[in-house]
Amino acid sequence: MLDGGGQPLERAVASAAVLRSQVAPGWRNKRFTISWVGAAALFVSLIALVPLGFVASATLETGWIDAAALVWRPRVGELLINTALLTIIATPLCVVLGVGLAVLTERTDLPGHRFWSITAAAPLAIPAFVHSYAWVSVAPSLHGLFAGVLISVLAYFPFLYLPVAASLRGLDPALEDVAASLGLAPSRIFFRVVLPQLRLAIWGGGLLLALHLLSEYGLYAMVRFDTFTTAIFDQFQSTFNGPAANTLAGTLALLCLALVLFEARTRGGGRYARLGSGSPREPRRQRLGRWGRAAAILPLFIIALLAVGVPLITLMRWLAIGGARVWNTDEITSALGQTLSFGTTGAVLATLAAAPIAWLAIRRPTRFARALEGINYVTSALPGIVVALALVTITIRFARPLYQTVTTVLVAYMMMFLPRALVSLRAGVAQAPVELEQVARSLGRSPAQAVWSISLRLAAPGAAAGAAMVFLGIANELTATLLLAPNGTETLATSFWALSGELDYAAAAPYATIMVVLSLPLTWLLYHQSRRLVGR
Amino acid sequence: MICKVRIRVLALLLLCAALTATMSQSQAQELTIYNAQHRSLTAEWVEGFTRDTGVKVTIRNGDDTELGNQLLQEGSATPADVFLTENSPAMSMVEQAGLLAPVDPATLEQVAPAYRPSTARWIGIAARSTVLVYNKTKPVASALPHSLLDLADPVWKGRWAASPTGADFQAIVSALLELKGEAATLAWLKAMKTNSVAYRGNGAVLKAVNSGQIEAGVIYHYYYLRDQAKTGENSTNAALYYFKGQDPGAFVSISGGGVLASSKHQADAQSFLKWVTGHPGQAVLRNGDAYEYVVGEGEASNPKLTLLTDLDAPEINVSKLNSKKVVELMTQAGLL
Repeated sequence: MLDGGGQPLERAVASAAVLRSQVAPGWRNKRFTISWVGAAALFVSLIALVPLGFVASATLETGWIDAAALVWRPRVGELLINTALLTIIATPLCVVLGVGLAVLTERTDLPGHRFWSITAAAPLAIPAFVHSYAWVSVAPSLHGLFAGVLISVLAYFPFLYLPVAASLRGLDPALEDVAASLGLAPSRIFFRVVLPQLRLAIWGGGLLLALHLLSEYGLYAMVRFDTFTTAIFDQFQSTFNGPAANTLAGTLALLCLALVLFEARTRGGGRYARLGSGSPREPRRQRLGRWGRAAAILPLFIIALLAVGVPLITLMRWLAIGGARVWNTDEITSALGQTLSFGTTGAVLATLAAAPIAWLAIRRPTRFARALEGINYVTSALPGIVVALALVTITIRFARPLYQTVTTVLVAYMMMFLPRALVSLRAGVAQAPVELEQVARSLGRSPAQAVWSISLRLAAPGAAAGAAMVFLGIANELTATLLLAPNGTETLATSFWALSGELDYAAAAPYATIMVVLSLPLTWLLYHQSRRLVGR
Repeated sequence: MICKVRIRVLALLLLCAALTATMSQSQAQELTIYNAQHRSLTAEWVEGFTRDTGVKVTIRNGDDTELGNQLLQEGSATPADVFLTENSPAMSMVEQAGLLAPVDPATLEQVAPAYRPSTARWIGIAARSTVLVYNKTKPVASALPHSLLDLADPVWKGRWAASPTGADFQAIVSALLELKGEAATLAWLKAMKTNSVAYRGNGAVLKAVNSGQIEAGVIYHYYYLRDQAKTGENSTNAALYYFKGQDPGAFVSISGGGVLASSKHQADAQSFLKWVTGHPGQAVLRNGDAYEYVVGEGEASNPKLTLLTDLDAPEINVSKLNSKKVVELMTQAGLL
């Protein structure tokens, strides 16, 4: 990306120059629209670069010698080992679980496969730190790497399950038929024909999972498992934005970027779309037989019990213990109101900010557009704590009027969740045929009007889905909100965290319950969308 | 035509900006407290203060050193009017940066001289004692350590817990540093890294001791009493042991309150300190479920507490407790 960096910038400057120059009116209009969208996209992406710039400048400011002394110490080694072990153990486990469940629900005649596939997506509706809270209530001595891996797998395996199940539904069974006709046994067909076709889904889901593992705070803090993110938070609590916190944040940012690069390098460039005319046949469901069904239901039941049952039953139990005492309506209403207002404003803002980038990526897919898109993905890969530390430091030093304001919180949310809006919006824009815009132009509409009345309207469902995903992210966000929220502001997540920190698990239960209830419809939407993407 | 679209988008952006501006402005008009004390205790104080004076209060919650360092960074532009800490070191840090206004003489008179610094830039609002909490059913019960320093001995390996990331424990270390010096403190912290188990929060330490996951823990006294007053589910098997004998482990920590020199609400801020250190504020400590010691002249603590005079705490000049050095040493020992 570095070598291409100069060119897009120059191009943007050049297009901005065209904006000012006097050219023929017809041309002027066309150029104007492009550069206006380009400038907006550039602006959003420049904001997204702020945390990366912060990480670099914080390291420079600390000085290489001091920064090195803060990075090369045994404690960082411990954290590195913990974080690496967590990622290396939990990611393959989630892959196996995700693929296994997807095969069972999509490719076998399992009774109630629709029910089981919803159950497999359901853990997403429960915030990771609520999973942790439930497990600590059930088994108070649970701690360390084992607890970290167990709860991470249960909370995050849908990240693998959803894309893998969607890919499985979209596969053309003809390839498997050919393999069978050439004498391959069913199990070998799975490993040689089906599994390789799931590569993109597994790699993409795995990356998303690994990034979540690196940036999660609440889950690990509750089970006393120290990762980079928890250590940064500890340093923040002791020193605000001291050099130790900032250098740890820099190291963590590098780890995240390394993951993104690793995924990009290893995912391969193979073709996965089907060739040939007509539409593919529905894949055949493997018969399980009576014993096979029993053997398949048992693991599904256990997973559902652990990933959905334990959190929900624990919540019910705490609600029952707390009774009416814990429903302190004023505080709960205000936290709910705050969460809803952050969520909706953040979702609208992220969608607006994503619009120019999405439009460019589809309608003007230049290197410039790709670079802008890439910047936003990279920034969203940074943990919330790094983004928040960056914004605290920058606003306190250079942008005082923005310090401790709602604006800063919303900018942080935008940086963290913009790709969620971008992905859906992009798909929406791609589905709007450019020819319709051209027809509108031929009927006398200006380019901007054509975009407004054709593409934006056709992309609206995609935009809505993306906005819902952003909302879900914001509603359950903890670390950045803790650091950036204006004075006196509490969201559902921060209230829950404060109460569970004082071991008042009963009083924390209503907040957790409301978060789950808010997340349920959106998780349903996500599930529904992942099925619709492949048209079934 | 383009203009029309542009105007709509611009209008939308302006609306967003206006919305956020009003949202942030509405919070800037009352007394703002940076609070590192327990949320529930400060909430009770604020409720009483607002009831008596009509002054509305906005609270930002955080940890001692987090908020202390935040105040240093914000400097005179801070929105905070009052700073409340759980322990004194963070308050001294803010004082040394010259950010605190002198406390009203009338307020000073309300508090015994032992619980306020000679500089009179801040004032004690409550006090708490270091204790060893231990599990009554474990071997530790028959062989308690004589001093906090004994916990560095290899026989204690894996047997005691603390919350090293918390300001409470860091204040205890600052007392150790003041009493025994830098080299001895670092050696003790390194031994602690090998011997102790880290939990997040003193409540979590108490819970672990009670359930027998660990034999003993170094915390403050009131966690045990609070739990006993509620259901006792996290403390039935636990008991408190006071080191006494002017040991570093007998350290009594002072929670402080100070008014920021940059505050635009000096009168209200001073009256808040006066209220908290006066009879109504100290009565909250005696009658509520905070179980911290009162510091008001002529006020009595909750009768369930061991008398403060019986604790034989080491005499320490509170202004000398150094939180920055403690964080450095703890980072060096690998605890942070």
